[in-house]
Amino acid sequence: MSRLTIAKAITAGLARAMDEDPKVMLMGEDIGSLGGVYRVTEGLKARFGAHRVLDSPLGEAGIVGTAVGLAQRGYRPVCEIQFDGFVFPAFNQITTQVAKLHARSEGRMKMPMTIRIPYGGVIGSVEHHSESPEALFAHTAGLRIITPSNANDAYWMEQQAIACDDPVIIFEPKRRYWLKGEVDESAPPGDPFSASVIREGRDATIVAWGPLVPVALAAANAAAEDGRSVEVVDLRSISPIDIDTITASVRKTGRLVIAHEAPTFGGIGGEIAARVTEQAFYSLEAPVLRVGAFHLPYPPAAVEEHYVPDLDRVLDALDRTFAY
Amino acid sequence: MESRSHAGVVESTLPKHQLLDERGAVTEDDLLSPYTQDITVDDLQHLYRSMTKARRVDEEGTSLQRQGQLVLWVPLKGQEAAQIGSTWPTRPTDRLYPSYREHAVAFERGVEPSELMRYFRGHTAGGWDPEKHNLNLYTVVLGSQAPHAVGYAMGTALDRKAAEDAGTPLETEPEAVVAYFGDGASTEGEVHESMVFAASYDAPVLFFIQNNQWAISVPFATQSRVPLATRAAGYGFEGLRVDGNDILAVVAATRYALAKIRRGEGPVLIEAETYRMGAHTTADDPTKYRKREEEDQWGLLDPIERLKEHLRTAHGVADSFFETVAQENDDLARRMRADVLAMTPPEFVDRFEHVYAEPHALVAAERAEYLEYQAGFEDASDVHGTAAEGVGA
Repeated sequence: MSRLTIAKAITAGLARAMDEDPKVMLMGEDIGSLGGVYRVTEGLKARFGAHRVLDSPLGEAGIVGTAVGLAQRGYRPVCEIQFDGFVFPAFNQITTQVAKLHARSEGRMKMPMTIRIPYGGVIGSVEHHSESPEALFAHTAGLRIITPSNANDAYWMEQQAIACDDPVIIFEPKRRYWLKGEVDESAPPGDPFSASVIREGRDATIVAWGPLVPVALAAANAAAEDGRSVEVVDLRSISPIDIDTITASVRKTGRLVIAHEAPTFGGIGGEIAARVTEQAFYSLEAPVLRVGAFHLPYPPAAVEEHYVPDLDRVLDALDRTFAY
Repeated sequence: MESRSHAGVVESTLPKHQLLDERGAVTEDDLLSPYTQDITVDDLQHLYRSMTKARRVDEEGTSLQRQGQLVLWVPLKGQEAAQIGSTWPTRPTDRLYPSYREHAVAFERGVEPSELMRYFRGHTAGGWDPEKHNLNLYTVVLGSQAPHAVGYAMGTALDRKAAEDAGTPLETEPEAVVAYFGDGASTEGEVHESMVFAASYDAPVLFFIQNNQWAISVPFATQSRVPLATRAAGYGFEGLRVDGNDILAVVAATRYALAKIRRGEGPVLIEAETYRMGAHTTADDPTKYRKREEEDQWGLLDPIERLKEHLRTAHGVADSFFETVAQENDDLARRMRADVLAMTPPEFVDRFEHVYAEPHALVAAERAEYLEYQAGFEDASDVHGTAAEGVGA
């Protein structure tokens, strides 16, 4: 057991994957000598060499596009996209090539690629550094998308993504990079493509992921002071969604609030709401409520706290669901 | 804004290499002539067979599409020398990345015409085994395959380095990788990024551009002020202009480039200047955007006629050879047509099989839903989606 920040847990997870498989290599802007703008890959170039930790030219399509060829050659590339809002030059490669090559080749060509994307806001930065674009990728068949909310998941999900024969995007909650937690290096916490009930409750369920998981837990604690027992589900996997874990929780609690940093409109919350309504309609005591960002471009830092859901917005949604 | 309607606004000092002139007579080229000295008449006859086979299949493809048997056909007529001339000098261990008009490349790599037709009949998004032929699948989003080729090339170099580091250096000659794309795709940003990455990592890759003068309806002058080969200098590697309708020049330039790449001095870019004699696809109408006189002018530069003339005059190849080849090609086209018509349509349910390499809950659930829905019909043959007739929806 080690007590690590999420960032250092990712570093350790990447290092272990590189130790165990010489075909694992990292690519990205500034990830070598600098160790990445968040220092997540710090020390890895010195340890594994410049040929396994590539300081790439500044081109996201080039990073992901060359990673396709490397994967075809038998490597397991791990691409870092420096910030969420910078992934779009690579959107074509990810959605038209990475996601489709296995199907296009009728199963002959695997695409064991990992794409790491630090995401989310409330970091006080400039435009394109604070977005949550997970829904844009979840809509594309062929991709898997996971997001850790704690150090142990971060440590293992990196390794599980790398070991997976499908392309996996890991959205890393960058404002939680410094959140510490226990990491159990002895055994993985199970299927990375599953949700996890991280706090049990009887009266309502909150589903959240990545950076909003601590907010959901805080909301559940606050609600407990009012005598409400709130269950918290860490979604962990955005594609596929482990809907069974969510519906099992809703069948028990009868109420569901989904919280994510991405805009509500067209977000993953809508997909979860629809599926829960289809599968657990008679268990619902209230409409499924979503808490997300507004249909606006991510705002300037001075006002971003009005945009990203916070504790009060989640508590407000809990109040509304209990009001039914 | 109206773009320039003709190329060559900025004069290039890059020579255009040629080894066979328009009448099929040998011309000398200081750089490239040494690369054709060992080519025998048998070799030339092989090249002629390959080029005419591709053209015959191409004609049959258009015909099949017109008869409703293919969803689309992409003619290659006019580009046979560029394609065969660049593929023939490669080794089986050299990985090739085509775009979607490289039928002659595919045939030269052993892909059966009927395998390729599965794609154009709407039966598959792939068509052949990429590992068996060391040929990537067609890539329809223009330029997207260029970084794949560079990455694969980087991987071959990494493999060699790993073997050296392990004290067991590979004894095989270094592999080279070929990225095919056209004048239109050269504008795509991913092609630019590919060239930067290739230069930065000394990737053993050949960028082979078939400049067929037209990106559907947009002329080359709208893509570039200069020959595309001149762009290589901007990335710090060599670019060659060749007469793309001259099979010998294309073979020689490719041999020159591959040798250089295998010595670790790549990447290299070749721009083969050729012409798309037919339509962009069977859905296109070139009469709307280009003049008949231009087509006629390029018709005089037909790459197959040039090689045929060379075989006749320089090597005394008799008419019987050309007649035999034509007969073989007709037979092949007939067999291919029969194979196409006899193809078993795919089952929609199989589409669920390969979305992911590992089990996926949503795909499994939707497959089950689909099958349950289908089972609700009394007579399954009436159901849409099983492509029971024609080419499917």
